[in-house]
Amino acid sequence: MSLLATQALAKSFGDNRAVDRVDFSVRQGEVLALIGSNGAGKTTLVNLVSGLLPPDSGQIIFEDQDVTRQSSYQRIRAGIARSFQIVNLFDHLSCADNVALSIFSRHGKTLKLTTLASRDREVWDEAHGVLHRFGLERAATMLAGAISHGERKLLDVAVAYALKPKLLFLDEPTSGVSTREKAPIMDIVTSIVRAGGITVVIIEHDMDIVFRYSERIVVMHQGVILADGTPDQIRNNDAVTTTLIGTHPGGEPAIGSANNAGR
Amino acid sequence: MNTTVAVPEPRSALRKLAWVLPVALLLLIAPFVVDPFQTLTLTYGLIAAIGALGFNLLLGYTGLLSFGHSAFFGAGAYTAAFMFKYLKVASMELFLAGSVLVSAIISILFGYVCVRYTRIFFGILTLALSQVLWSLAFKFFWVTGGSDGLRVPTPSLLGVPPSKDTMDFIAFRYYYYVLGAFVICTLLMWVVVHSPFGKALQAIRDNEIRAEFIGIRIRRYRLIAFVISGIFTGVAGALWAPLNGLASPDILIWTFSGEIVFMTVLGGFRTFVGPIIGAIAFTYLKTYAVGFTVYWQLLLGTVLVVLVLALPTGIMGAVERIAAKLKKAR
Repeated sequence: MSLLATQALAKSFGDNRAVDRVDFSVRQGEVLALIGSNGAGKTTLVNLVSGLLPPDSGQIIFEDQDVTRQSSYQRIRAGIARSFQIVNLFDHLSCADNVALSIFSRHGKTLKLTTLASRDREVWDEAHGVLHRFGLERAATMLAGAISHGERKLLDVAVAYALKPKLLFLDEPTSGVSTREKAPIMDIVTSIVRAGGITVVIIEHDMDIVFRYSERIVVMHQGVILADGTPDQIRNNDAVTTTLIGTHPGGEPAIGSANNAGR
Repeated sequence: MNTTVAVPEPRSALRKLAWVLPVALLLLIAPFVVDPFQTLTLTYGLIAAIGALGFNLLLGYTGLLSFGHSAFFGAGAYTAAFMFKYLKVASMELFLAGSVLVSAIISILFGYVCVRYTRIFFGILTLALSQVLWSLAFKFFWVTGGSDGLRVPTPSLLGVPPSKDTMDFIAFRYYYYVLGAFVICTLLMWVVVHSPFGKALQAIRDNEIRAEFIGIRIRRYRLIAFVISGIFTGVAGALWAPLNGLASPDILIWTFSGEIVFMTVLGGFRTFVGPIIGAIAFTYLKTYAVGFTVYWQLLLGTVLVVLVLALPTGIMGAVERIAAKLKKAR
């Protein structure tokens, strides 16, 4: 059953059709990778689905509800959350505060102005539990702006995870992180989301990561979906290998370092 | 959740508050140990502190620089004046209640327009709207007294009619009344900025897009912050009016908004107590500068330049830096 489906979703920036009448669907419970070269429209697609950008035309159906006209706020309430390609945190607040804010928000407590936030044990216990799972408990009292880049990437995911979404978009969760740190980050993230039964869409340029962690791969190219299938199917898809992945003499996928930026 | 990490707070917060007691004691005994003029200046300082606390909810906690807070201060002061002139009311509690109501209405109207924008656009809009109030006060002289302003009498405090001895009223009774109001306002603001709502405002200040994507409705929160901020500054205006004896357009003009910005930056807008320290320091600075030279603006300008260059984080920022250095040295 598809949790999310877009129908002929389109968005142009001037003459550039960033997303060109795309039918994209995400099944309940899967870990899906959305890949493609820079400018393929991956981030724009996520921006449309999460409500950061309004589409020019088309529909977004989430759990059989048309959410196309809903605000990002309503979509979050419905269960769509996202992390950001460029780390997006509350830098002058502690890591615990960053996560706790998502929990306060989820509980509908952020409009409380006559009680001290620190008194809400339930929220703080949960926040520290989330930090613990992401291996960030030692950074709890540190400012989010003062921790390492790898920890910031994890915290970015933790903030979205603390909203307890049904569908989580992770926009390049390992961008800017050293190769050595990528797998540990992905191990933590995928084990947590799998344990939580969260459906995940990962945008990623590193093909090793993509093939290792995803169950299905959707390939975008110039605003349209070029291919959709299991990692094996994508690996053996000629259209994908010629237009996107390219092969080096060893025959292994060699994308990644050349495409580490993204839109 | 199985975690060994303790929730940060009580102890360290208590230690941080260790300096409050001696300061409170000093404020309590002030009228007995300093001359009436000093008490009067301190009263003005505490009133300015209430206004600056309100202003800083927007600047320090929500990341919005208002150049129109004179509007709320003026609204508070003129409310007291109108209540006396047209309703023959001379009770401080009613002045305060009226100013809360009026400044709330004005800040809802202004805020509705202004919170759609941020940065310079927000600043300019607040400035423009406050100038509208100033021109109204200036031009509708048959209602507002024009540039002469309106008289505000010494009101009854907590139902006790004002004493004949003006000195006793200003330098003693009214001082304690303002001190009480200051303590209540400070506690209220402390709770607001440490509430989940206060955290949400700081989240908006740090990163509005992310705040939106954890489900915070940014405009609504900004509007609420704007209104709370306006009410605090309005209360300050109402407290100021009987002390000054007159509500005049001087306190509605944009340069007065600039003074509120100045005192907050002077104290340090990144900390809770910064605006309080800044407001009191500014009041003394201005009082003595005016007495010392007719070029007092020049003196204040110089202070501002030095401040920006030498103490970009204000007095409290510098104090924190020095304290951190001392701690390290130990």
